[in-house]
Amino acid sequence: MWRINLWEGTELVVAEFHKKIKDAFEVFDHEANNTVDVREIRTIIRSLGCCPSEGELHDLIVEIEEEEPTGYIRFEKFLPVMTKVLLEKRYRPIPEDILLRSFEVLDPSKRGFLTKEELIKYMTEEGEPFSQEEMEEMLSAAIDPESNSIRYKDYIAMMVVDDG
Amino acid sequence: MGTLKAHRAVTSMEKSSSPSPFRDGNTEAQEGKIHERCPSPPPSPGGPSLLARISTHFTAFKAAALIQRWYRRYMARLETRRRCTWRIFQSIEYAGQQDQVKLHDFFSYLVDHFTPNSNHERDFLNCKFTTERFLQDSEMEKGSDYESIEVPDNYTGPRLSFPLLPDHATALVEAFRLKQQLHARYVLNLLHETRKHLVQLPNINRVSTCYSEEITVCGDLHGQLDDLIFIFHKNGLPSPERAYVFNGDFVDRGKESVEILMILFAFMLVYPKEFRLNRGNHEDHMVNLRYGLTKEVMHKYKTHGKKILKILQDVFCWLHLATLVDEKVLILHGGVSDMPDLELLAKLDRHKVLTTEVVVSTLGRKTRRQKGKQPAKEKAARVPAPELALRPGRLHLGSRGGTGPAAPPASPAAAARPGDPGLDGAGSRQAPQEPGGGEPPALHARSRLGSPEPLQPTQEAWKQVVDILWSDPMAQEGCKANTVRGGGCYFGPSVTEQLLQKYNLQFLIRSHERKPEGYEFCHRRKVLTIFSASNYYEVGSNRGAYVKLGPALTPYIVQYQANKETHRLTMRQRISRVEESALRSLWEKLFASSLDLLGEFKKHDADKTGLITLSAWAEAVESVLHLGLPWRMLKPQLVNSSTDNTLEYKSWLEDLAKEQLSRENIQSSLLETLYRNRPNLEAIFRITDSDHSGFISLDEFRQTWKLFSSHMNIDITDDCICDLARSIDLNRDGHIDINEFLEAFRIVEQSSTEGDTSDCPQATNTDNSGCSKPSKR
Repeated sequence: MWRINLWEGTELVVAEFHKKIKDAFEVFDHEANNTVDVREIRTIIRSLGCCPSEGELHDLIVEIEEEEPTGYIRFEKFLPVMTKVLLEKRYRPIPEDILLRSFEVLDPSKRGFLTKEELIKYMTEEGEPFSQEEMEEMLSAAIDPESNSIRYKDYIAMMVVDDG
Repeated sequence: MGTLKAHRAVTSMEKSSSPSPFRDGNTEAQEGKIHERCPSPPPSPGGPSLLARISTHFTAFKAAALIQRWYRRYMARLETRRRCTWRIFQSIEYAGQQDQVKLHDFFSYLVDHFTPNSNHERDFLNCKFTTERFLQDSEMEKGSDYESIEVPDNYTGPRLSFPLLPDHATALVEAFRLKQQLHARYVLNLLHETRKHLVQLPNINRVSTCYSEEITVCGDLHGQLDDLIFIFHKNGLPSPERAYVFNGDFVDRGKESVEILMILFAFMLVYPKEFRLNRGNHEDHMVNLRYGLTKEVMHKYKTHGKKILKILQDVFCWLHLATLVDEKVLILHGGVSDMPDLELLAKLDRHKVLTTEVVVSTLGRKTRRQKGKQPAKEKAARVPAPELALRPGRLHLGSRGGTGPAAPPASPAAAARPGDPGLDGAGSRQAPQEPGGGEPPALHARSRLGSPEPLQPTQEAWKQVVDILWSDPMAQEGCKANTVRGGGCYFGPSVTEQLLQKYNLQFLIRSHERKPEGYEFCHRRKVLTIFSASNYYEVGSNRGAYVKLGPALTPYIVQYQANKETHRLTMRQRISRVEESALRSLWEKLFASSLDLLGEFKKHDADKTGLITLSAWAEAVESVLHLGLPWRMLKPQLVNSSTDNTLEYKSWLEDLAKEQLSRENIQSSLLETLYRNRPNLEAIFRITDSDHSGFISLDEFRQTWKLFSSHMNIDITDDCICDLARSIDLNRDGHIDINEFLEAFRIVEQSSTEGDTSDCPQATNTDNSGCSKPSKR
């Protein structure tokens, strides 16, 4: 007979989140002393399934950092904040169709692709602009060298499969 | 994937105070209808209304932001995968290094506690567990005796004549690039000259940027010749104007350690003032036994390999410990401790200090006991001390080097670090205790015989060297034992600061640790790690780097990846390749522990449903493998069935086996044990094969195996051992080829279950020769 005890359910969920967060944290905790470099915290948060904007990340980090920023983040501070984020299901990933629509917004004449120049322009001038490194990395995977353009539908399909 | 609804709900929950593209009032409406709001044709000459134009702009802005947001998350996940992969390799590698420590503990344990049952066994032990490191000069001359070696006329490789000229060295580089091999005669000759040169050098070398305008410092090469050639190609060959310092770990793992050594030594002889080589922790014959140099030498030089190894062993001991640039920049391989003593380092006899050596001497045993291992004084009586002390050749009475070696503890870890991990910031590591009760009388007698000589390597000296070669920096304050490596320490920023202040230095350059970018600054840029073996784990795994110092001593870093292929791969592709490789190693490890895993899984499955939760899986795997890996993050790559958060563990284990073996059965624990201990076995066999002939007798094999299994708590009966030996000796000549054994153990396992074990004589009476003459097969 199964009786669902809500309180127990939540506890289990929280416990599981704790373990998940700990694992993700440890990947970047090089000296196994429960701290990570603050520059890596964005990656950790994202690796836990969250998809925040840079602005949202900035606010989150302010919560997690020490009063006097030391350059690294302690696990004790990270855990409660991150657990809350996961419980509240904040910063959910972007669904594939929304992503596709976004590309289509940038391609109003519906050609099905964006030129390399257009992509660079949008990614480095609009939204929360890419750094040069980010731009180069995206181009290397996205641009079809023959046409010098990105067929975004194929691109999305490829990336999504890869993401697992 | 979430739905539109969820997405909308989330955006309305966001409390971000900074301006964000999602904060305008029309958020919900726009999100839900984004595709309908796609602006149609570009603005007409009359111009759309201001509102329309603003809406358009916002939409493009938002669209871009969404894409960027998504992309950054994607890259973060890639990066995490890369780190996980890195961690896999590291844990496996460090676990391997810890095995090395275990091996040493094993030997010292045997020496301390093993009671030989017979003369035969005692002799066997005596032979195996002693070293003849300190050869007299005359012996060394005889050993290298290269002049008698003939070089055949059809030899097309490079030829050396001494004194070496720059052209010779350059020719060597070119020859090795064309995959030629240097004849043993020249190898020995070169090593002989190298040794003569190194002996004159001080422990801490000093270089100055007055003479060479720039100094290039390179880190670990680990037998990767491609990287060395690349560095010379990109940075230029060594010359009086272009000084080089190579910071240790030239050998092991990579396949061209010998060639690298030849090139480095050649340039050192040609440009003695401008070309320096620091010792690394891999410049050590015990480490070489395990990590590949010994194998490589014996493989490339079948006739003269032994001689080469012997003199190489000595050459490594003579490599100096550190280099000081302009009295300001200290270059050494590993790191420092919170009690650095450069004066002591400068004075000690570096030739006598090997960080990993197992030394059998009365002094040695006393020290080992002092480190706090419990079974101490009482059991000591069992080892026939006088016998050990009087064994001929062990404790030198000669003039050179006077005493026996400084009796380092059996393993680097043993250097009395009481109450180890978790020491706090005060750096409260204690100095190791000197062996109580003074030194044995024999030692005193010897030092009286000896002529005045450099400071005898004491416990303290040994520790200084271990710290230099094995330590790693950490971000946290303090100084604690480096339990991962089993030797040296983790040192924090204030330790660095202390060192720099004490000796008026600007910064420290070290190597010893792989870095994804080939280099890394830490401790407020006072410590620079430089690592020069690119693609260390696998193609695409990391860059290599070297650093240049000019008179201003500002470090200028150059990175590279010595493999054209990697440039063409995207990050995604690079990561998958490396990941595959890491996963393969992980599969192997998992397979090797199948039985243990099954046991652990069953513990989590009290109701015997055959299922466990994925969380339980992660716990179980960690408790068996002790690799400290983030199993939950690796789960997608290791476990297929993640449908409803449970796993059918038996079929998962079976799948594991199918990955590993094509035909054989996995039932046997012997197979798994062998597989798991494969690196250890290989190392042990190489030590057993002390004449490096590539063969060990069946008897030696049985003895060694018995000792090994009893220490490692492997429950294998004598029957099995006999069978094993019998099956391996395919041509019945009483000898086993090591390589064949390691290759054949899977097949051996099958035949041993089929064979008739009753024919094998019991291996209890060690006076008989065991199973060398089986009556029936």
